[in-house]
Amino acid sequence: MKTSAAPRLPERHESLWRLIVSPTVWAVHFMLSYITAAVWCAKYVPRSGTLEPVRWLIAGYTLVALGAIAWNGWDGYRRHRHGASELPHDADTPGDRHRFLGFATFLLALLSAVAVAFAALAVLYFHDCR
Amino acid sequence: MNDQPRDPEPLAAEPPLALQRAQEARLRAAWTLPKGWRYWSAVNNTEVGVWYTATAFLFFAFGGVLALLMRIQLAVPGNEFLSADTYNQVFTVHGSVMMFLFAIPVFESIAVIFLPQMLGARDLPFPRLSAFGYWCFLLGGIFLSGSLFFGAAPKGGWFMYPPLTSAYQPGIGADMWLLGFSFIEIAAIAAAVELIVGTLKCRPPGMRINLIPLYCWYVLVAAAMVLFAFPPLIAGSMLLEVERAFHWPFFDPKGGGDPVLWQHLFWLFGHPEVYIIFLPSIAIIAMVVPTFVRRPIVGYGWVVLAAVGTGFISFGLWVHHMFTTGLPGISLALFSAASEAVAIPTGVQIFCFIATIAAGKLVRSVPMLYACGGLAIFVLGGLTGVMVALASFDFQAHDTYFIVAHLHYVLVGGAVFPIIAGCYYFFPLLSGKKLSDRLGKIAFWLLFAGFNLTFLPMHFTGLRGMPRRVFTYPEGLGFDTLNLVSSIGAFLLGSGVAVVAWDLIRPKTRQPLSARNPWNAGTLEWLPSMPPENWGVRSIPEVDSRYPLWEQPNFVRDVDQGRFYLPDAEEGLRETLVTTAIDAKPVQCLRLPGPSFVPFWAAFTIGGFFILGTFHWWWPALASLVVGIGVVCYWLWTATAKRPEKPEKHVGLGLTLPLYQSGSASVGWWAVLITMLAVFTAFVSLVFAYFFYWTIHDDFPPRGAKGPGVLWPCVAGALLAAAWAATMLARRWNRADRAGAFYVAATASVGLALAGAAAMLAGPWLTGMDPTRHVYPAIVWLLAIWTALHAVTGVLFNGYCLARRLAGRMDARHDIEIHNAALFWHFVAATALVTVAVIAGFPLAK
Repeated sequence: MKTSAAPRLPERHESLWRLIVSPTVWAVHFMLSYITAAVWCAKYVPRSGTLEPVRWLIAGYTLVALGAIAWNGWDGYRRHRHGASELPHDADTPGDRHRFLGFATFLLALLSAVAVAFAALAVLYFHDCR
Repeated sequence: MNDQPRDPEPLAAEPPLALQRAQEARLRAAWTLPKGWRYWSAVNNTEVGVWYTATAFLFFAFGGVLALLMRIQLAVPGNEFLSADTYNQVFTVHGSVMMFLFAIPVFESIAVIFLPQMLGARDLPFPRLSAFGYWCFLLGGIFLSGSLFFGAAPKGGWFMYPPLTSAYQPGIGADMWLLGFSFIEIAAIAAAVELIVGTLKCRPPGMRINLIPLYCWYVLVAAAMVLFAFPPLIAGSMLLEVERAFHWPFFDPKGGGDPVLWQHLFWLFGHPEVYIIFLPSIAIIAMVVPTFVRRPIVGYGWVVLAAVGTGFISFGLWVHHMFTTGLPGISLALFSAASEAVAIPTGVQIFCFIATIAAGKLVRSVPMLYACGGLAIFVLGGLTGVMVALASFDFQAHDTYFIVAHLHYVLVGGAVFPIIAGCYYFFPLLSGKKLSDRLGKIAFWLLFAGFNLTFLPMHFTGLRGMPRRVFTYPEGLGFDTLNLVSSIGAFLLGSGVAVVAWDLIRPKTRQPLSARNPWNAGTLEWLPSMPPENWGVRSIPEVDSRYPLWEQPNFVRDVDQGRFYLPDAEEGLRETLVTTAIDAKPVQCLRLPGPSFVPFWAAFTIGGFFILGTFHWWWPALASLVVGIGVVCYWLWTATAKRPEKPEKHVGLGLTLPLYQSGSASVGWWAVLITMLAVFTAFVSLVFAYFFYWTIHDDFPPRGAKGPGVLWPCVAGALLAAAWAATMLARRWNRADRAGAFYVAATASVGLALAGAAAMLAGPWLTGMDPTRHVYPAIVWLLAIWTALHAVTGVLFNGYCLARRLAGRMDARHDIEIHNAALFWHFVAATALVTVAVIAGFPLAK
């Protein structure tokens, strides 16, 4: 084992919370989209009423959500690429722990981005509350 | 590679043989099982876990027999083997037993046995809590299953839709379901708390978060899902039971209620539940596959992604069970999209397993046979799942046998086969003997052929239009042959289960002991010698690999000779290590409690509340609950937060650790936090119900209805916030060793909390809100009562702290109790503020 090659880790304490940022963003985006559509259709327009404002709102949520996920995913990717080590990040070192958490964060961000995009596709196909 | 001081190495020299023998004798004495009838007071994870698993298998067999009865009834058209009423009870109990008394408990019980072993821990952090969970499960399970023999079982299907289970179902069957399963769900949450804290805090030193066995990742995710999935059902069950018992119209449209709310709450639980069952089962495959291809898993990080990602997305699927309730298309589309998205992580892990098999050298074995068979079946179930996730297809297939086929492919392939793989794989760790390869293979082919013969035809029965849950069908609709084939297959399947059961229980006295680590696996659960000792692990190792038995030289020898941590039990006490959540740095030597009947009594007295409540005998039920609370207090008083005889202890390899930790460094604090997250989720479900009514119904609140007013709820909120502040001061002053100030603050908090609870109820009481008239007063009352009960529980917490300090059991340094009380009060304060905002503020905003 070399001891000097890698730069110092940027943080001393790491937590599991950063791992679940992206899926949490997905969950918030999902619930907001669902609740917005449900409240709009139940309270403000008849069954055949337009969905136009909801579509724009969901488009907005989607941009914000994808932005947050991209930030979290980039952060994960940066940690995954930290130092000179490659997958599978299975050494008993703070460095590999750091890279592993980064890698898992990155993968979860990818999945969350796909899931958010899937949800956003819904507004492409629906124009009213039927 | 970089960046660290090296971990401690095991002792370089072998400890003297005499010392090793003396250490072993002390460990054996500390971990010995009680003898005779007292055996049932055992709390060791291996004992409780095995009872738990065996009981779950008995319920599985019971549910299986019910399935066979149904298949006899459906074998030919117009059959009169079962009456319609009996058939309704049989399919309801079959589904409920398989879900609540087999699938969930068996995941938790297998984890209770093997999680500590995989983590090189001597036991889980709360052994008595596991025992409590087991006794709750046993009592509740017998009560529910027994009801069938008296013709009193629930008969509304396992998802209990009102009004079928309210207005149309007098008798106690539905009450049994609602109260009995709420009781069992509490046990399930207790186990989840245990498993989460175990995974995060009881790992061996060096087992960083990137090294934990994949099984533990899955269990962590599944246990966390339990915390957020079960509370909506507990809340929903409470609403439905209150409707049935006291006529508060939560689901009754005549009183402004809505039966669709039940569907939301049920499936908010019900869909994640499928993944709570599936993930820990597929986790067994993640352990079996690397062992039998002799190489590390391919894509460890990807499998973690799959576990965590599935855990999240599975909460966004619940409405796909409700596609035919008439929701707007946009809502259906959102849930359809999430239902398609969840296939991605699910597929990723299966490809990881396939890649591992392809990259390694496959050793043929019975566990591998079941693993592969299970995956094949599960993939078919997954594909039909993608089909029914499409709303347009689901409209056709909904409530037909196609769904029955789909869900059995998912659950039998995703859970039953992997669990049987686990039986064949792990059995030597329980008894020191292997199961029979020959019987295992015979059983596999009976099960595999029988399963497909039963359920493959059901896809076609369903597509031809046969609805599920009908007790018979007329001749000539195209169902006859398909049903007969399914029935024949069911008996083949049943015979396979019988062969497995025989293999498990057949006497093995003359069979030689299995070799140690018979499959040549790489993870810590395979450390024990055969037959295994009760102490779990001889010395707690320093881990620096995902597969220490493969990759760390002389590992088994060093563990056996006590060259690692805690090789001894000098004080004759049960001990294990507590480590940090990310890097597994040792931070505490945790003393664990020994055998006791207290968990048993706690389960029976608290169970008494639910069982007596079923018959609406409210006073005896309340009395039983009060006794139960007393037993729990006795349990806490005598066995928790004990002050050690010395502050620190040398645990080996030059490491000295504290014996006492409080606040967020203690495992008990984490248990309170996790439990309260679940409780708060139940509260959020009630708030969801409030706003659901508002969204869907124009008459919520009804015109001219008086709300609880603003004054009393605000007074209550202020009093409870003050009680919270007093509790914080009590914690601070206790830490500062200002005893007098502590007593004043704690006593004040008790008074403020009681006043706050009374003021909370005064709002709806003084404005004369009648909860039986309309759902609006009903839900306001329920939120107020919920909050008041929290305040009263907070009084118990703080009163307990006062008593502990008075008795000299709590002081400035030993303050676990007041830290946990303070944590509880954070949740009380949050609950109170939300309740006040909703019941007082919302009518104003409207």
